[in-house]
Amino acid sequence: MTVPAPDSGIHKRVVLAEADIDRALTRIAHEILEANKGSRDLVLLGIPRRGFPLAQRLAQKIAAVDESVDPDLITGQLDVTMYRDDLRRNPTRSPLATQLPPSGIDDKVVVLVDDVLYSGRTIRAALDALADLGRPRIVRLAVLVDRGHRELPIRADHVGKNLPTSSRERVRVHLAEIDLIGGSAVNEVVIEDRP
Amino acid sequence: MKHLLSTQDLSARNALRLLDVAEEMAAVGQREIKKLPALRGRTVVNLFFEDSTRTRISFEAAAKRLSADVINFAVKGSSVSKGESLKDTAQTLEAMSADAVVIRHPASGAPARLAASGWIDAAVVNAGDGTHEHPTQALLDAFTLRRHWARLGGNPSAGTTLAGMKVLIVGDVLHSRVARSNVWLLTTLGAEVLLAGPPTLLPVGVGSWPCTVYYNLDEALAQRPDAVMMLRLQAERMNAAFFPSTREYSRRWGFDDGRLALLDTMGLDDTVIMHPGPMNRGLEISSAAADSPRSTVLAQVRNGVSVRMAALYLLLSGDHHDEQDDEQDDEQADAKDDATDVPAGNGTRTTPDTTREGTHP
Repeated sequence: MTVPAPDSGIHKRVVLAEADIDRALTRIAHEILEANKGSRDLVLLGIPRRGFPLAQRLAQKIAAVDESVDPDLITGQLDVTMYRDDLRRNPTRSPLATQLPPSGIDDKVVVLVDDVLYSGRTIRAALDALADLGRPRIVRLAVLVDRGHRELPIRADHVGKNLPTSSRERVRVHLAEIDLIGGSAVNEVVIEDRP
Repeated sequence: MKHLLSTQDLSARNALRLLDVAEEMAAVGQREIKKLPALRGRTVVNLFFEDSTRTRISFEAAAKRLSADVINFAVKGSSVSKGESLKDTAQTLEAMSADAVVIRHPASGAPARLAASGWIDAAVVNAGDGTHEHPTQALLDAFTLRRHWARLGGNPSAGTTLAGMKVLIVGDVLHSRVARSNVWLLTTLGAEVLLAGPPTLLPVGVGSWPCTVYYNLDEALAQRPDAVMMLRLQAERMNAAFFPSTREYSRRWGFDDGRLALLDTMGLDDTVIMHPGPMNRGLEISSAAADSPRSTVLAQVRNGVSVRMAALYLLLSGDHHDEQDDEQDDEQADAKDDATDVPAGNGTRTTPDTTREGTHP
């Protein structure tokens, strides 16, 4: 039996390049402002790990439109590890930090930000986590990619790209803030097919 | 990790992971709703064959903050006082389907016996066994030291080790499980450990431990430690003449007002004083030292809950049955996260009116 080389057997294709991601985020930022009729009470909470840099980028774009917004003051991170429903079925996960903006989330319009929306279970966990932290006036959901296969009655308000996928495939989002591939920071969304 | 029995066999990676998780648990303690649903429906039994206030309450608070059910089993008033063996007690707990047993026992090695015997399927946490180990106390001490060390260095606590830190442990090392657990753990985390105590209260074989031993407290303080940990003089275990009188012990080995002033004159402004509690005020530590701003005694108690939450979470969450390699845990979880949850199993596409392409029968 021969051992396959690390890359062989997995078919990769790039579905969103850097410019596509940027365009999608610009559109989402405008949608958020439009749905909220401005930037009042807006809080963007990213779900680790890749939701957080996406929330930061969205906040930058919102600040570029509305000069009264300080992007650092409306962005936060929401860790949902302890609220997952699959804690006993997977290897132990280490929780990451939850950081709320100084204004808190009570009576705010909270936009949850994540990279890929799939089963919807992460978002369910996020809703539970939010309830323990405060009582937002409205909770919305923004995702870079919606790949379908929902297992819960959850949908996104703002979607960067709808990607029809097979559940055999794996959608990977690489963001420069987190991912180094071959020594260089990459922004892309790829689909890997595992035969 | 299936059990937490000692710090001697705890790897640096697992120790740091536990401390990092504890850091997140500490943040939960600051919230209005200090509760996480992670261990909902799991049962934690506190099995205490020895008296304890803070350790038992701390474990109880930790388990409750993670939404676990807690059963407190105090030996006084139980069938153990009628002569029930550890095995029978364990099997009773197993029959009540305990998921974790937190055990304190006067005999060294009792938790290891419980974990290795096959009497019980639950995770075993050592909360102090004889004169052997008390791993969660050492972990909370390391957590407290790490926060102090990270603050001095201007770094975030998470991920920081104790490299470069000098910790002096003083007093009754012979009877102290806290001292033993700390020597192993702090060394694993990169700290330099110094021991000081009367020769009669140092164990045989202390020369083989990874630390320097001093037989004079002032000589040890001259090494300019970053933290001084005073051990409790364990009067209940003093079955021989270890020192002439408590007054002499206090003079030579107690952290009194004079030594507190000495830290100031030596310019050791950032040296903290630790004590695992309960304190014998006026004996191994003076009231002025215990209540000084250098004292971390209350911080240690507070951190105890966070560290025990982390320990219970890491032991009880996750599927340990097909866990081959601890090293891969995070990556596996991360990879699954990226794919966003486990595939549904069949190859259906999301576009409408698809045919099932699944390979499953």
